Order: sequence, then C-alpha cells, then structure tokens
Amino acid sequence: MAEETVLGHLEHNQEIPDSGVFSQEKGINHDELVNVIKSLNGFGLVIAADIKREKWLLSDEAQSYVKYGSAEVLIFEAVPAEGTAKAKLQDIVKSKLPADLDDNTKSLIYDKGWAQAMKNKWIGLADSQVSQKVEHVEDRVKDLLIQIQNGEAVGAKDIDALKRRRLISLQIWKGYSVKKGPNYAPKRRKAVTDLVRDHLQRDEWKDIEFKEYNFLAKGQPTEGGCLHPLYKVKLQIQMIFLQMGFEEMPTNNYVESSFWNFDALFQPQQHPARDSHDTFFLKVPSTTNSLPEEYVERVKTVHESGGYGSRGYGYDWKREEANKNLLRTHTTAVSTRMLYALAQGPFTPKRYYSIDRVFRNEAVDRTHLAEFHQIEGLICDRGLSLGHLRGVLEDFFSRIGMSKLKFKPAYNPYTEPSMEIFSYHEGLKKWVEIGNSGMFRPEMLRPMGLPEDVQVIAWGLSLERPTMILYGIDNIRDLFGHKVDLSLTKRNPICRLGLN
Amino acid sequence: MPTVSVGRDRLFAALGRSYTQEEFEDLCFKFGIELDDVTTEKAIIRKEKHLEEEEPSEDEEVIYKIEVPANRYDLLCLEGLSQALRIFAGLDPIPTYTVATISKESMLKMHVKPETSQIRPYVVCAVLRGVTFDETRYNSFIDLQDRLHQNICRRRTLVAIGTHDLDTIEGPFTYEALAPKDIKFTPLKQTRNFSADELMEFYKKDLKLKKFLHIIEGSPVYPVIYDQKRTVLSLPPIINGAHSAITLKTKNVFIECTATDLTKANIVLNTMVTMFSMYCERKFEVEPVEVTYTDGRSYVSPDLSFYQMEVPLSYLTKLIGVSLPAHESACLLNKMQLHAKHSISEKNEASFTISVPPTRSDILHLCDVAEDVAIAYGYNEIPKITFPSVKPQLLNKFSDLIREEIATVGYTEVLTWILCSSKEISTMLNRAEDKTAVINGNPRSADFEVVRTTLMPGILKTVGHNKDHPKPIKIFEVGDVVQLDEKKDVGASNYRKLAALHCGSTSGFELIHGLVDRIMEVMGTPFVSPGDKTGYYIESSNEPEYLKGRQAHIIFKGEKIGTFGIVHPQVLHNFDIPDPCSFVEIDIEKFL
Repeated sequence: MAEETVLGHLEHNQEIPDSGVFSQEKGINHDELVNVIKSLNGFGLVIAADIKREKWLLSDEAQSYVKYGSAEVLIFEAVPAEGTAKAKLQDIVKSKLPADLDDNTKSLIYDKGWAQAMKNKWIGLADSQVSQKVEHVEDRVKDLLIQIQNGEAVGAKDIDALKRRRLISLQIWKGYSVKKGPNYAPKRRKAVTDLVRDHLQRDEWKDIEFKEYNFLAKGQPTEGGCLHPLYKVKLQIQMIFLQMGFEEMPTNNYVESSFWNFDALFQPQQHPARDSHDTFFLKVPSTTNSLPEEYVERVKTVHESGGYGSRGYGYDWKREEANKNLLRTHTTAVSTRMLYALAQGPFTPKRYYSIDRVFRNEAVDRTHLAEFHQIEGLICDRGLSLGHLRGVLEDFFSRIGMSKLKFKPAYNPYTEPSMEIFSYHEGLKKWVEIGNSGMFRPEMLRPMGLPEDVQVIAWGLSLERPTMILYGIDNIRDLFGHKVDLSLTKRNPICRLGLN
Repeated sequence: MPTVSVGRDRLFAALGRSYTQEEFEDLCFKFGIELDDVTTEKAIIRKEKHLEEEEPSEDEEVIYKIEVPANRYDLLCLEGLSQALRIFAGLDPIPTYTVATISKESMLKMHVKPETSQIRPYVVCAVLRGVTFDETRYNSFIDLQDRLHQNICRRRTLVAIGTHDLDTIEGPFTYEALAPKDIKFTPLKQTRNFSADELMEFYKKDLKLKKFLHIIEGSPVYPVIYDQKRTVLSLPPIINGAHSAITLKTKNVFIECTATDLTKANIVLNTMVTMFSMYCERKFEVEPVEVTYTDGRSYVSPDLSFYQMEVPLSYLTKLIGVSLPAHESACLLNKMQLHAKHSISEKNEASFTISVPPTRSDILHLCDVAEDVAIAYGYNEIPKITFPSVKPQLLNKFSDLIREEIATVGYTEVLTWILCSSKEISTMLNRAEDKTAVINGNPRSADFEVVRTTLMPGILKTVGHNKDHPKPIKIFEVGDVVQLDEKKDVGASNYRKLAALHCGSTSGFELIHGLVDRIMEVMGTPFVSPGDKTGYYIESSNEPEYLKGRQAHIIFKGEKIGTFGIVHPQVLHNFDIPDPCSFVEIDIEKFL
C-alpha cells in the first residue's frame, strides 16, 4: 500500500521532499513509510536521503502548565493579598487546582511552584507567614511552552532554563527525502534468490530482480568426503620415495616374532627394548610356528660368539626368547625379512621403503601413542658410505621441507655408524630431532648371506612428527585415533610435501 | 638412553676449562652425548616435594644431566666422561691400565663352590689399593654402581656389584650358595643380625631393595660371599654386609661382581676398576684376584688386556666416504681412545693394528672403529654423495591434488578440447572478440578456429550435450588455456585454470560459492574482510557472461584470480542449455 503510494507519487513527481509531510498528507503511518523507503532504497528503486530534525517535546508536567498555568503562578495566585500561614497554603493551592488532577500531581505542582515562586522572589516567608512580594506576575513559562508546542522559535536561554526544569526534552526526528533510483519502476518486481528453470522457460529472467547477495558471508558448505591428514602426508612421502627410486615393502603383517623384530637385527636378548614395558608380547599366538633354521643358527652364533669380524655379545642366546611373538615395534622387522629374502638369490642392489603402523607399550601422552606410523627407507648396495647416507638424507628431508640438517653420533644396536638426524625448526628457532639413521651392522647383514662388500644405509622417522610440525598440531591425539575432531579432518588443507 | 648427573663446575674443572652452555652443547653434539637438562640439586628436591614456587638461591650448584649412549658404560660417571672428553679434545693421552704384577701365591683368592651354579654361577673380583676418597669421589663411586646396576646389569639380574673395605676382611674368600636360613649376618645400614630368609621378608617393605628380591626369592639356595673368618661380605644381588662397608677413610677396596652373564660381569668389573684406579696410589693400576672353582677351573680377574683388531685404512675411508691419510686416521682413532699402530701389509696397503682398551666394550667390530673415526672426523664434515633422483613437475602434481579435492566434494571431471570456434570464446559468451586468443591458420572446421582462452565453452558444450543427464550436473575441469604473451619466444603462453559448473532446477549459485570457499580452504587460505591481503574475499563483479548482480570476483592476497556467478541466460541459450547454471573459473597458478 505505502510502497505503491511512494512509487506512484514518483512516477509523476520529481521527489518526495519530506517523508514526514508526505505521511501526513497521505495518511500513512510514518514508521511504515520509513520501512518501505528503506527497502526500495536497498533495491535501488529509489534513492533516499536522510532528513534529521530536532524537536522539543513537552513533558507531562509541562503539558499541565499549558493547561492550568505554571506551578509558580498557581502558587502566587493562591497567596491571599493579606498573606497566609504557610501551613494553610498547600490546601489553598490544592483547592484552586482542577478537580480532575489526582492528589499526587497536586502535591508535585505545589512543591515545584513553591520552590520556583520563592526563587523568583514573588512570595516571601516570615514567621511562618507567606505573603506576596510583587503585585503582579506574568506566566512566561506557560507562554514559552505554548510557543514551543506550536513549533515557534524560542531563545536559547529560555530553552536552557526549561530543559533544566525538565519541562522539555529534545527529540530527534528522522525521515527521508526520496527520489527515483537507478532501478526505478512504477511497480516493484518480485525479488528472488536464485535463477530457476521457470525463469528461463517463461523467459522471465529479464524482469526478475535478485535479493541482494551477501559476499561478506561464505557460500553453502560443500558436501563430500575428506581424506585423513596423516594419509595425505603419507601419500606425498610415498611419491617422494618413488621419485628417489625406492620400491615399497609389503608391511601388512603386524604380528611378528622376536626373532625377526630383534634377534635378526643383532639386538641382544637382554636389550631394554625387549622388556615388556616397551614391547607388546602376545598371549595368543604366543610363539612363532617356524623360523628359517639355518639362518637362526647363524644369528645365534653371531650373538653368542660373533664371527664376520665381530666379537659378538658373549651371552647364552635363547631360542625361547626369539620364538616369542609380539606386535612389531618397528617396520625394520619387515626390512630384515626383505633383506634376508634378497640375500637368498644373486645379489642385486635395492632401494626399499615402507610407511606403516608400529606398536610400543608406552603410556599415551601429548607426544606418544601406543601405536604410530614409521617411515623407513633403505638402500642396499656395494660400496656405500656415510657420505651416501648424508646425501640421501639431504635429498629426502629437503623434499619434505627440512633442508637444514645436522647429524649427531648415536647408539643403536643394529646400525653402526649411527646418526641421529636433527633439523633446524624455523618456527621454534632450534634444532629438533626428527629421525634416526645409520648403516646396518655386518652382524645383521652377513648371517643373512649378503656379500661382505654390501652395505645397507637406512633411516627411519615417524609419520606423525613431520605432520604435526607441518600442520602446527602439538597433541598427537588431535591427529591420530578416535579422539580426533572430524571437523579438523574436514578443514585440513592439501598436503604439498614434495612439491617444493 | 642413560642419563648421568654431574656437577657443572666439577666437570669443567676436570676438563680444564669452562664452557658456555652453547659451547658445551656443541661439544656434546659432536661427541654423541646430549645435555638433557640443566638444574640444581635443590631444584630437584624442590620438584620432588612440589615446592617449585620457592625461589632458587644463587649459590646452588649447577647440575648437568647428560644423556650418554646405552653401550658406553665408561661414560656413566664424571671420571669417565671427563676423561673421554679430554682425550677427544686432545688434552690427554689414552690411559694405560695395568694389572699389578703379583705372584700367584700372594694373590687374593675367591673360591667358587659348585652350588652357586644353581642360582648365580659367576664371580669376578679385583682390588683397588691406596685409594684416596673424598666426599665427591665417594658419591661418584656409589653412583656409578647404581647406574651400572640400572643399565648393563639389567637391574642386578645379570650382574650385581659388591664393594668392600679390604682392611676389614681377610682372604681367601669363598663364593657359596646356601639355604637361606643358614646365612646369618648384619646387613648394610642395619644393626642386628638377620637370617637371609628373615631379611627377604624384612626388605619387602624397603622401597629401594624390594624390586631386587625376585631375582633369588624361591630358590632353595641363596648366593653369599664369605671371608676366611666366615664374615659375610654380601648376599648378592640384594645387599652387602655392614661389616665390610666402605667409608671415606677406606684405602683398599675389594670389588666383587657376581653374575649370570660372565661377559657382562667382566665389563662391569672393568668399568669400576678403570674409572676409579685414577684415584689409586699407583694411578691406573689394579690388583688382580684369582677365582678358582672346585672342578679345577680358574681365572684371574680383571682382564684389562687390549683387544686387537686389524683395520685396513681403505675400510675406514670407504665406509665413511672420505679419503684420509694414515697419520690423520691414527690421530682420529686416538681421540676416541683407540691405540692405532700403522703398518703396511704385504699387498702394500696401509693398515692399522687397533688396540681397544678395556673401557671400550662397545667396540665389537671394525664398523665400530669406523664410526669412531667418523665421529672424530665430524659427521657434519663428511662430504655428501648424492644419488640420482627425479623431481616432480610442481604444476602438474599440484593440479592433481586439487583435482582430487574437487572430485571428493562431488564434482565429476570432464576433459574438453583445447580448440574451439572463435565465437565460442566471444559472442556466445556475450563478450567482444577475444584479442588475446591464438588463432589457427588452417582450421578444418569452425570448431578448431582458435585455442581456448577460457574453460567456459568446453564446459557449457558438455552440459548442452548432456541434457538428459539427471540433475544436478556437477562437473569440473583443470586444464590449460593459451593467451598471447609478448614475453614468450613464440608469443603465447599456457595458463593453468580450474573451472566448475553446477546445473539444475536452480542455478546453485550458493553451491558454487561454497565450492570456491572449499577450494580456498584446501589451499589453507583464510576468508578475510575486503581489502585484507592475507587471505581471500569476494567482491561483486560485472562480467558479460554472467548474470548481473549474481556474480563476483575472487580476490586472493589482493589479486583477482577468478570469477564465479550465474551464467547469463543469453549465454545458456547460445549453448542450448535449458537449465540455469552457475560457473566458476580460477587461475590456479596463483596458488603456487
């Protein structure tokens, strides 16, 4: 109704100069008119310009003054010419006030009038007797209030005085002047949110108008699945290994015997890693069914008394210990099986890698889980040196964004020399340990049947560590396991490892 | 890895200089140990008592907690650690440990009774003469025993050490295994006599000792060592007798190691005597003890002989990957406490005879010698030797990663032609002639006039030809467009673009907007306010191929990288598409 009036008026007129006037002329509620103007302005049908007007509004008290005269005049007039006792004055005033006023209002008028009349020195008080001090008073306050009510200009001093008596207050009136907008039409077309088939079929698309789209908000979230961040990283690292000429080892065997997990790696049977508080030993199936006997014999000998240039550990090697089943503590158990298999034929150089689950009987905390993923790479060839190991590590780690490396001597039962790998962390401004590496000991390789001049250089690290560094995760449980927040997995960006 | 706590000032005094923490950490790193923590004794006590808020006072002695390799038992005390570092720094020669020359008759004897084979069959012994203890040395002596017990001794199961004031006892000694009730003595720190079975009960309440009881508990016989007067020296591996306890005043120390593993017993004994023989009157000299068995077997302990190994120089240089002159190799070997005698073999090859001191039980093989040379040379000084490997093509690998992400949110890949007609990239898209396009000189048909400058026509043609496909149709393509480029030798360059389209009963404008958000999310780019150059925002646009008011530019790090919107109905009509479509095209090279 109001919208049609506005658009209709503008069809024949330049503008609506004042919405306040317009609302009175057309008999439309001004608030309703304002809403219509705002909406039309939003769609560009009209251009609305703000009009702001200040208006003095009379308080209820002031309105009673307009009607009955100001309180001070009422008081003055209530005082008889001969004067009266102050105690009686209130009753006189109240009796002169119109009967339709309630007693509270009458009391208020009395109080205010008394104070003001005294202040004006119209009346005086002596020995509890009130008397007029002037002969005649003019009700200027009433006159001023009437002028203000009529919208006439009043001096600033008077306004100030009335404001202080809280008889008037300022009200800001808002309205608009309205002109045709760029999208003006005598009648508004229906606004839609999306283009639909009907618009095309009925050729309505030229006439439709779209609701304003908020580009400050996001679009409708996509639906679909997401891959786990850890496996996204895994995929990239696999790609890196392939580019470096490494072949993946089959690692789908979590249950392993102590023999392949430890003994074959020249890890002595009293080694702390073989304690039950580091390794999950199995109740069922508790022992391995078979081991390659000739190889076992060579492993036993190398532990007990050495050979291949080694002193050995000089202890009684026990078959029962080797038979004990466990959940593999490292994927090096798989590497060992692969190297043993390799040694059974004529020697060919190999580069192997794996990325898979390993198990440790550890207390779970921010940086440790009872299971995690191990990344392992190894090169088996003739004439390999520590220089080669450094070279391959620099190549590998620079591809995962860790190009500043240094190496620390370390001890590991199955590698010698052993090098702990440290990377400089730009964020933490310090060197952090990221993995281990070394050359497999002859005591590990020779009993397998590998030729004397064949070396194996190898390195290992967890998949979780670089992933946590990469995505800024400081609690491993936020990355891996059932406590992971699914929305985190969904929000996870693509992994660009290997693309630098 | 085991951790050794040593007073910093005492360590520096032993090293003959002081270090800043950084310098010391660097030295540790090169040598293969690690400064794990810097603390004070009082801080440790405060931590134990949870009094961390207490202010540390200035005069507290600084303690370095140093992690040492698990096979270097000679580094488990201040004496060994400082000695190894001094030799590493070239300050000291390798000490020569000697076994005192004494005639068999005057040698102390330990006789082993056959019953011990049931429970703990081995014992090795030695004597340190004329030892000067002070409080620090004494504490270090006790601490070393604790650390050996924890590590190589596997919590006393394999080896247990007993140390005694030799002047309170009298040899020959006997190592026996007796019924618990028959063993009676006053143990260390107690004042009354206990029988061994009584003692086992008593120690069940002892926090420190109860964890060792299982080693002999339940056995019909317990191991015990007596002197000539039947004074109990010890009840291994549980406790020593009070009678022979060593004190600060002790001058002559008798050490016995009982074991189930003779190799480890010898290593432990050697570690004890080599470390503390430096405080003997005759420095680095140890007095031997003869161990005899009832069956006639006997040996003299300790065995401080050097283990000899022949190492060709070429073995070392090949394994490390550096060429080293013989004299330099010898110096490096010496720094790691290995004596090296240079010789030339028959084949005229340089070779070394390596003598491994009794402190270096970790040297099992030539590869261990090679590691030591590499450490002394410096791991980080070894030149890198690289293997041939290949690098991925960044743009293509990256495109593949994006393609997977778009597919996983439900868009099907299309692969359209590079060539198209010139009107398909101009008038049919409501656009003026595309002056940036590469124009084919001899097209067989109008379909091959130009090389595409946008993925839009290919995608729209796909929709136009799949009218019968159930709606919505959600497709995408990642591919190259070509535009004229003066900077290129041939005058034109490829640009990698991503385009996606939604077509259905509604245009799916908000869905395409959502896809834009998703692409930005997988790029790891935050949504920011307009004007902010740290992420991306959307800014309404006015392109002719899109419907007015329903289109926007994508601003990524301050740069326009693409546009999305409802495809203009006229354009849809041009491509014979009856259903509304929304489309996005992004320049993905900007993400690299």
